[in-house]
Amino acid sequence: MDLVTPGLGLIVWTTIVFLILVFLLGKFAWKPILSAVQAREEAIDQALKQAESARAEMGKLQASNEQLLKQAREEREAIVKEGRAMRDAMVAEAKESASVEAAKILESARTQIHQEKMAAVTELKNQVAQLAVDMAEKVLRAELAQPEVAKANIDRDLKDLNLN
Amino acid sequence: MTGSIAAIGAGLAVIGVGLGIGRIGGQAMDAIARQPEASGKIQTAMLISAAFIEGVGLFGVVVSLLK
Amino acid sequence: MGLGRFFTLFTAVIMPLGSVLASEEVGHSEHSSAPVEHVADEHATDEAHAPKEEGFNPNELIMHHIADSHGWHILDWDGHAVSLPLPVILWTNDGLVVFSSSEFHHDTEGHHVVNAGGQQFVNKHEKIYYAGTEDKPLDFSITKNVLSLIMGAVLIVLIFLSAARFYAKNTNKAPRGLASFVEPLILFVRDDIARGAIPEKHLNRFVPYLLTLFFFIWVNNLLGLVPFFPGGANLTGNIAVTLVLAAFTLIITNVNGTKDYWMHIVWMPGVPTPLKPILALIELIGVFTKPFSLMIRLFANITAGHILVLSLVSLIFIFESVWISPGSIVLTLFISTLELLVAALQAYVFTMLTAMSFGAAVEEHHHDDHAHAEGHH
Repeated sequence: MDLVTPGLGLIVWTTIVFLILVFLLGKFAWKPILSAVQAREEAIDQALKQAESARAEMGKLQASNEQLLKQAREEREAIVKEGRAMRDAMVAEAKESASVEAAKILESARTQIHQEKMAAVTELKNQVAQLAVDMAEKVLRAELAQPEVAKANIDRDLKDLNLN
Repeated sequence: MTGSIAAIGAGLAVIGVGLGIGRIGGQAMDAIARQPEASGKIQTAMLISAAFIEGVGLFGVVVSLLK
Repeated sequence: MGLGRFFTLFTAVIMPLGSVLASEEVGHSEHSSAPVEHVADEHATDEAHAPKEEGFNPNELIMHHIADSHGWHILDWDGHAVSLPLPVILWTNDGLVVFSSSEFHHDTEGHHVVNAGGQQFVNKHEKIYYAGTEDKPLDFSITKNVLSLIMGAVLIVLIFLSAARFYAKNTNKAPRGLASFVEPLILFVRDDIARGAIPEKHLNRFVPYLLTLFFFIWVNNLLGLVPFFPGGANLTGNIAVTLVLAAFTLIITNVNGTKDYWMHIVWMPGVPTPLKPILALIELIGVFTKPFSLMIRLFANITAGHILVLSLVSLIFIFESVWISPGSIVLTLFISTLELLVAALQAYVFTMLTAMSFGAAVEEHHHDDHAHAEGHH
């Protein structure tokens, strides 16, 4: 039937027009449009990538900042700790040397006191001995001046002796 | 109404095609409901298979046009 | 994307409907085929009087519309047909002859003889014969369809060249105006049609052709849906046009066919040897049936759409009652809206299948046995 019999004229014209269209659009429309779209896509892609890398850089910077801060804090702490330790050591040393000194002084004082005491004792002994001798001399003299008293005393002493 | 036996044949072809494409559409709806994220791919596959089946029906129609 | 969703929503409706449209066409063509021989020809002169004289014959109107013609019948005014005369270009035995179609004075019955270039021609059923013979000169006339084709082409060139100018002026800017309208469509063709079907390596080679094909079909489909003068020609519903488009698909596919592609046709790997010749036969037939079905699909869909719209409009004249018109208008509106969708859908399907054909031609599959069974649907 007519409807499904292609006409030669229309075939030829369609071929010509379609080929012209393919050529014209291909050269003057699709090429610039597609390349522009592709360039834009690439630009957007690149911009996104750049933003991403900038963000990563920022993150890295922040991380390193934090790291630095942390390091500083640690250093400060270490210094403080060291100072404290040093102070403690110094105090301890001072205490130690003071107590040693004190002990030394005490010791020497003690020896001196001992020596003094010994000297005093010796002198006291000497004086007591002297006094005793003097007293004995005086008693002897009194005794000897009163023989009955002396005799009574001697008796009593003897009595005591016997009790012992 | 006058007509030829070819029209009946074309009609029969169209019944088959209608059933087939209806089934494709329904199944595609099912598939999309089940996996909405794959709807793009399902649509493409659906359109293509529908186009193929429709082509068979159109052959029947053209036979009737041939007189 | 949005378009895709749109498709999903309507495909279940449209595809079967497309078949219904097609069956509608069968009915018309069936009973038109006999009377069209002697009735449709009187049409150009008689159409205006037809309703008054002998009752209205919708077949005549529809067939007249669907077919190509040498003059562009715009409207009837006061009983006279107003039509745009178009050049008749004939390649005769004595060389090229050109004259205006108005010289036939709307005669398509072969009565009015035109003298041109020392020869005599008549117009019988929109075919030009040497007067008094059954011989035809080669007819390269600018017919209604050719004019529509040229206008469509000019429109496409205007749209896309002016869009391209935006990109030439503005680099790396968001598209504005016309560019913002065409860019999503272009990207749709590139990303949703071509990219899925053609390997990335060959994509840039085929995308420009696919874009041209898609917009050519779509714009001409839409022009065909415009109901008054500059549109309304049944261009993409003409088998000659779809034949040319399908032939381009066939040629480009096979010219670009790799060794792999031809191996799959003539000596299918991964199949038992006795089966190979049979498969080769099937595949060789398949090489031609694929573009053939492309041709038939576009032709039948668009023609069926035109027939359906015209049938619904004709209801008013068939029943000769103004009370039918609201129903007729609502139905026509509905079908016309559907046809807008079909216009895009058929452009999409034609382009998609063409892209898949190209993809199959250039694809290098490292297949195992079942991978290729899938690759050949």
